[in-house]
This record gives sequence, structure tokens and C-alpha cells, in this order.
Amino acid sequence: MASSGRPSQLFRNKTAKIAAIPMILTALVVFVGGTIWTIVYSFTKSGLLPKLKWYGLKQYDRLWSTTKWMVSIENLAIYGICMLILVFIIGFVLACLIDQKVRFENTFRSIILYPYALSFVVTGLVWQWILNPEFGLQNIVRDMGWESFAFDPLYNADIAIYGVLIAGLWQGSGLVMVLMLAGLRGIDQEVWKASRVDGIPAWKTYLLIVIPMMRPVFITTLVLVATGIVKLYDLIVAQTGGGPGIATEVPAKYVYDAMFQANNLGQGFAASTMMLVTVAIVVIPWAILEFGGSKKHG
Amino acid sequence: MHSVEIKNLDLQFGSVKVLQDLNLDIHDGEFLVLLGSSGCGKSTLLNCIAGLLEITDGQIHIKGQNVTWAEPSERGIGMVFQSYALYPQMTVEGNLTFGLKNAKVPKDEIKRRVARAAEILQIEPLLKRKPAALSGGQRQRVAIGRALVRDVDVFLFDEPLSNLDAKLRADLRVELKRLHQQLGNTMIYVTHDQIEAMTLADRIAIMRGGKIMQLSSPDEIYNKPKNKYVADFIGSPSMNFFEGDLKGGTFTKGDLSVPMEGYDFITAHTTDCRAIFGVRPEHIVTGELVTRARVQASVTIDLVEPMGSDTLVYAKLAGENFRIRMDGQAKVKIGDQLRVGIDPTRASLFDAATENRL
Amino acid sequence: MANSAALTGPRGPKPQKSFSRRNIFLYGTLTIIAIYYAIPLYVMVVTSLKGMPEIRLGNIFSPPMEITFAPWVKAWGEACTGLTCEGLSSGFWNSVRITIPSVIVSIAIASVNGYALANWRFKGANAFFTILIFGAFIPYQVMLYPIVILLRELGIYGTLTGLVIVHSIFGMPILTLLFRNYFASLPEELFKAARVDGAGFWGIYFRVMVPMSLPIFTVAVILQVTGIWNDFLFGVVYTGPETYPMTVQLNNIVNSTQGVKEYNVNMAATILTGLVPLTIYFVSGKLFVRGIAAGAVKG
Repeated sequence: MASSGRPSQLFRNKTAKIAAIPMILTALVVFVGGTIWTIVYSFTKSGLLPKLKWYGLKQYDRLWSTTKWMVSIENLAIYGICMLILVFIIGFVLACLIDQKVRFENTFRSIILYPYALSFVVTGLVWQWILNPEFGLQNIVRDMGWESFAFDPLYNADIAIYGVLIAGLWQGSGLVMVLMLAGLRGIDQEVWKASRVDGIPAWKTYLLIVIPMMRPVFITTLVLVATGIVKLYDLIVAQTGGGPGIATEVPAKYVYDAMFQANNLGQGFAASTMMLVTVAIVVIPWAILEFGGSKKHG
Repeated sequence: MHSVEIKNLDLQFGSVKVLQDLNLDIHDGEFLVLLGSSGCGKSTLLNCIAGLLEITDGQIHIKGQNVTWAEPSERGIGMVFQSYALYPQMTVEGNLTFGLKNAKVPKDEIKRRVARAAEILQIEPLLKRKPAALSGGQRQRVAIGRALVRDVDVFLFDEPLSNLDAKLRADLRVELKRLHQQLGNTMIYVTHDQIEAMTLADRIAIMRGGKIMQLSSPDEIYNKPKNKYVADFIGSPSMNFFEGDLKGGTFTKGDLSVPMEGYDFITAHTTDCRAIFGVRPEHIVTGELVTRARVQASVTIDLVEPMGSDTLVYAKLAGENFRIRMDGQAKVKIGDQLRVGIDPTRASLFDAATENRL
Repeated sequence: MANSAALTGPRGPKPQKSFSRRNIFLYGTLTIIAIYYAIPLYVMVVTSLKGMPEIRLGNIFSPPMEITFAPWVKAWGEACTGLTCEGLSSGFWNSVRITIPSVIVSIAIASVNGYALANWRFKGANAFFTILIFGAFIPYQVMLYPIVILLRELGIYGTLTGLVIVHSIFGMPILTLLFRNYFASLPEELFKAARVDGAGFWGIYFRVMVPMSLPIFTVAVILQVTGIWNDFLFGVVYTGPETYPMTVQLNNIVNSTQGVKEYNVNMAATILTGLVPLTIYFVSGKLFVRGIAAGAVKG
């Protein structure tokens, strides 16, 4: 697009360009610049302060031989997979139920979605309380007669992460339900009619016709939930503090602890770069799927 | 015997009466069109016949069976929708066979039916394609095919051509008529387009406000509309109306006086009353034929709309604006004096109070 | 003409008892699920109104035998974090002082951005916008330290201003998308007519766009207030003890290892922290849903 002869393309839409400076600055300096900076410094020997001393891949070596990091990754994997599967099942089933033209739809939706309006800290604390063996659920069931009922996941290193999962599901399924419901309502009503005339039972219609038609909504929701899972931090800090021991450590907490408590910036940078790689693995294929080929971002 | 019988059908949504005490008998092999403007209840009625809407009172019989409480798939009907409603993730063949497989129809029977439908509708080359890869016309044929393979007696069409552009609509209209001639099934067809109605129907039911205003053949609806609404609805451009008095067998308004001898009265018309006289633009004679017309008048042309095949001429008669349809080659212009003739035997007369035909 | 009285056999609507199996299953399941979701809130409230002796005795699900508001008072003004015993109130006011400017700044910037993108296409705009959107996916951890350096250089690390800037930065992607989509959906004729009338960039923004955008501004406010008030990570990284937002203070109060755990005070503090976004949620109803759905419908 040659602008020969024209004084300057630069000054057309001048005001608009000036107004967009915050966006441009942010995009470049923070998102691009900051990310590159962190990646670069992950190859340095930074301790309390960033030091541009080349350290090769040694930070990553250390990272992957640290138990705390391995546990973090494992926890994130367990939490992530379980959360993804369960939140979709729960969210979709709830959406189907509400889509049956129930009365009090608004009430049900309000109750199922309100946890999403709460901070993860609030969620973590209240579930810490409910799962408290002395006063919480375990106590109640024991009082009711089942003396040997044991349910204190937060004190059991092996299954503590599942205690966090319960809280996470409680908080997040409302969101998935709302998105699935919107997707369900976007289905052409006449397809439902055609299916009825053909004599297809409702469950088959959902499974073989409606769900395939909802693929875009599923994918978008998947990306949203997945990127939220990687960021898991507040919930852990509030509900278990990473414990018992390091049983519920997660990558995001590893980064924070390394950077601001262990004075080990290098480890923090390496760990956050690994987190970025994880997200990229999910987002880039999706982005190519959604926007590849057609450059219709305007 | 009657293919479909509807008795005393009522449908109410909350406090709104959508369909009121509807009765309709549809003959075997008939092509019946439900015609009306938006909100008249035609689609609603079709959905009730299909079993997709639950009725408030009354009965529906199909082929002698009382299907009022039956599921749509048990009523012996096939349905074609305005948006085609094909299953998007399946191939054409998948769309045609999905319902049959679900009903556990034997494989060779399925093959036979699909082959037959594909041949009749000429969709054989499309069988392996998905709906997204088809044109609008092709999709509609697949939708018809889906109804065809159900091997039923009654087909229901819910404004199937409304989503197509004008030329495609005209082509498919002809195909639908041919299809009906070939198959001979009872077809109930909903549309707001009068041309579709007039060309396709054996009988037309014109609906308004949940009631049937007239149920007759296209010819009768056109020539002998039972009330003013039907008379106004059918015909483009619409009928000219004059409100005046019927006294002793003669209609007068202003300086327009029409002796109604030879007019086919359907009521006793013994008392004089306020009446509405209607005559279609195409039934007003001009040129040499005027001298033989019962009523003759001279009008001044206000506006001329040349349309190629016809010319529409606007003038004033008895204080009312009225339209005359003339030949496309007529040499007329604004300000001309035009002699016109009216034949009361081709006109319509309505009671001004009830709007019913006299 | 058929006579009504002569109709035999099935007529009218299909008979169906109100308590059909389907309805019992449907409403039953939904009610049980709703109860499950409501229980934690109930437990929070109920615990916060009990005295400590009652808590030690009873179970968490039983309603208080004696209602007391002392835990609430203590949570507000006297509860102890590791360092001080001044309750949540300072955290509350910090959160207010963080949230209000952040919401205003982030929405102001994003709405202007969205407007520029939707109506004033210029070269490179979409490239920057795409970077912004991709930026929304980058885990915050990756950008944490560079921002620390940035804020330190500007001399505002640890201050409320610093945190406001951080929130504005990270709110930009979603909000810009929100506003851009909204402005793009307005009829273009309005914009063109205003330009023909001679209005410029800011003129059209303030006199045409903003008056028509009350719904989307409301949705954006809801989204931002909820997100910023509930934030914890940025609060903990970019503030000091004087500037802790409510969420950070809450965590310090409840999870501090000193002394006996006063569960009722903790629960009262938890409710107080959740009160603002919860109230907004219950008041805004459908708009809240619209906000989160808008975040999910990309491009």
C-alpha cells in the first residue's frame, strides 16, 4: 500500500492513533516485551536481583530435578484433567436440565452461578472449613452414627489435591453451565422439530445431533477453562497453603515462592516460561483452528 | 375418505386464543394450502397437526385414526421446514436414514426407500455430501427426501420456499407441483405467498386471527370471495372497493350506479343496506369493449405505472382512488380521459356491516 | 359441522400429571444440586453468627442457638493478621481505593480503544489488537517481574497507584474486545451521519457512542469490579502491608498460624470480603451472565 505523493499516512486518523496508544504500549511493552524479558532471563543466574549472566539451560535442569516442581506439575495435571472432564459433564448436564423449560430457571441459575462471583480466596477458605475433620463434614457424618467415616482430604497428602478439586468444581461449574446453556439455545429449534418428527428420542438427539452442532461453544469453553486451570494460585494459597507439606503445590505458587520468598528469580523465570509453554500448547492449535486461513479479525 | 380431519380445535397460550373452534376436513390426495399473513395461525395449525404443539381442546384425526395424543413420529406424517433443518453433521444419506435406522427398519428396506427418494428428487449425486456443501434448492430437496423416506400418507410443508430467492422459488414451485402429481399424497402447505397458493393448491384455506375465512378452490376464492378480507387478500394489485348503498338491486355511490342484475347473490338480499362493491383492476374493461359494458364511466388518469407486461393506471371514480389494469402496450398518460366499463357479474358485493358476501 | 358433544376418544391436551416421573426427576435433581451449591454460603453465614463455645460443640450445619454479631465486629476491627490486630477494615478501604480508580481507568481506556478499533480502522490496529488478545492468555506469572521492575522505576511499586495501573493493563484485552464488538454492532449509519455533520473522533465518542452504550458500560463495570475486588495475586505481589487489599488481608487473618483459630471470626471476615461482588451479582442478574458470556464469545 504505497503512500507515495501523500504527505503522510501516519497522520491520517491521527486522533484515533493517539487514543490507541495505551493499547499499543501495553501490547508491545508489557505483553510482548515482558514475556520476552522473562524468557531471556530464564537463561541467567538471577538470584535476589536479575543478573544478565548467561547460565544456559541450568535453571531448567534444576527446575526439572526439584521435587517441589515435579509435584506441582503432577498436581496441575491431576487437577486439570479431572477439572476439565468433570466441569464439562456437570456444566452440560445442568444446562440440559435447565433448558427443559423449567420454571424458576432464574432462581436455579442464580444459585448455581453465585460461587463464580466469589474470590478464590473466599472459596478456598469456606471449603477449608467444610472439609475440616474436627468440625466439618467428617464430624457431621460421624455424629450421625458412622463412627469410622473418614473424610479429611486436606490432611492427607495423597488426596489433598482432590479437596481442592471439590472447591474448584463448586466455583467453576456455574460458568460452564451458563456457556453451555447459551450454546444450547443457539441451536435451530427446527432441527429439534425434525428430530421429533423422525421419532428420535431426546437423549439420542442430544448426543448425535446437538452436541456435534455445539462444537464451537465446547472448544471456546475448553480454552477458557484450561487457561484458568493453569493460573491456579489463589485457591491453593487460601485452602491449603500448598500443604500438607508440598502435597498441593502448583506451578503458579512455585513461581511466586521462588521469586518473592526464596530470592531465586532465575527459577521463577524458568518456571513461568514452562507455564507459558503449557498454555501455548493449548492456545496455538486452537487459534490456528479458529482463525487460520481467514484473516477476518476486523 | 378424509385424509385429515380437524374437529373443534382450540389452542390457547395463556389468555391468548391463537386458534378458535377450527374445523377442517382434508380430502385424500389433496394439496391444501393454509394461506394468511403473519400471526394468523397457519404455522401454528400445521404444528398442531404434526403433534409438535399441544392443543387446548378438540381432536385431530389422520387417516381415520385419532392422533390427538400421539407423538409426531406416530402420526404418519412427514414434515418439511422453512430452514430445512437438516442434521448438519451428517451426510445427505445420513440425514435420510437416521430416522429409519432409529425405527429399526430393515437395511434393504432403507436402501430401497432412499434409492426411490433420491431418484424422484434427483439427489443421487448428492448423497455423500454434507448439508453445508449444498445449495439452498438442493437442501430443500433433501429435506423433502427426508419426509419421503418415511413412507407416510400426509406431508406437511411449513413455508418451505420462503428462504429461497425469487427465481429458485419459482423453479421449486413447479417441481413441488410435479411431485404432487407424481406421488399423489395428501399435502398440507403453509405459505404467506398468494402465488404459491394459487398455483399449487387444490383448495386454499385463508386464515386470519386463528379462524378460517374461506376454504375453497383457487378459482372460487378468486372469483367469488366470501368476505371482504379474502377479496382484498387475493389478487395483486388488490381489488378496488367502493362503499355505498344497495337499494332495490342497484348499488350506488356518488355518481356510480351499478344495477346488479345477473350478479350471483348468495343471500336473500331483500332489505336495502350499506354495501361494499368490489371489482378487480383486471376486470375493468377499456377500449372497444367498453361500449358493451353494463356500466360505463369516464375517468381522468392520475398516475401510470408501466410494468412491461401490464400497465397499471390510477384514477378516481366516485370519489375513490381505483386501479385499472391495461395491456402493457397501451398508450396512456397522465391527464388523459379514459372510458372504462364495469361488469357486475364479475364483481363482488359485500354487506358493509358484516363484510360478508351478498 | 361436527358437534362438540359428539366427540369421543382422546381430545384436547394429553393428560399428564403435574408430578409425572419426568418432572420429579427434573426438579428433584435441580433442587438437590441447588442445595449443594447453597450449603457453603449457608455454612459461612451460620458459623459467623455463633459464639466459639457453640462452634466447638455443634456441627457446622446447625443454625445458631444464640445469634451473636460479635464475630462480625471483631472481623472488621480487631482480627489479627501476623503483624497487627486491626481487622479487615483497612483492607476494605484499600480495596475500595484500588477498585474504583481501576474500574474507571480500565473502562475508559478500553472503551476508547474498542471504539477506535471498531470505527476508525488504521494500519496495524488489528495487529496490535491480536497481540493484546493473545496477551490475555499469557499466564500472569510470566509478566510479574518485568512489571515489578517497571513500577519500581516509576517509583510507584507498593503503592495503590501501581496496582491500579496493573489492573488497567490486564483488564485491557477482554474489555477492549467487549467494547469493540459492541461498537461494531451499532449501525454504521450513525457514525457516518455524525461525520457528515462534522464531528471528530472525540466528538462522536462522547456525543454519539457513549450515550448509546449504557448496557455495555454496565456489563464492563460488573466484570471489572468483580474481577478486581476478587483479585489476590496482584494484590499480594504489588502491595505492602499498608496497601493490602481485602482478599490479601483476609488470607492473612485466617491462615495466620498464631494462636487459637476463631472460626466464627474467620467466617465473618470471609463473608465481608465476598459481600461486595456477591451483592453486585445478585442485583445485576442477567447482566452478569451477559458479561461472562461476552468474554467467551471471541471474534
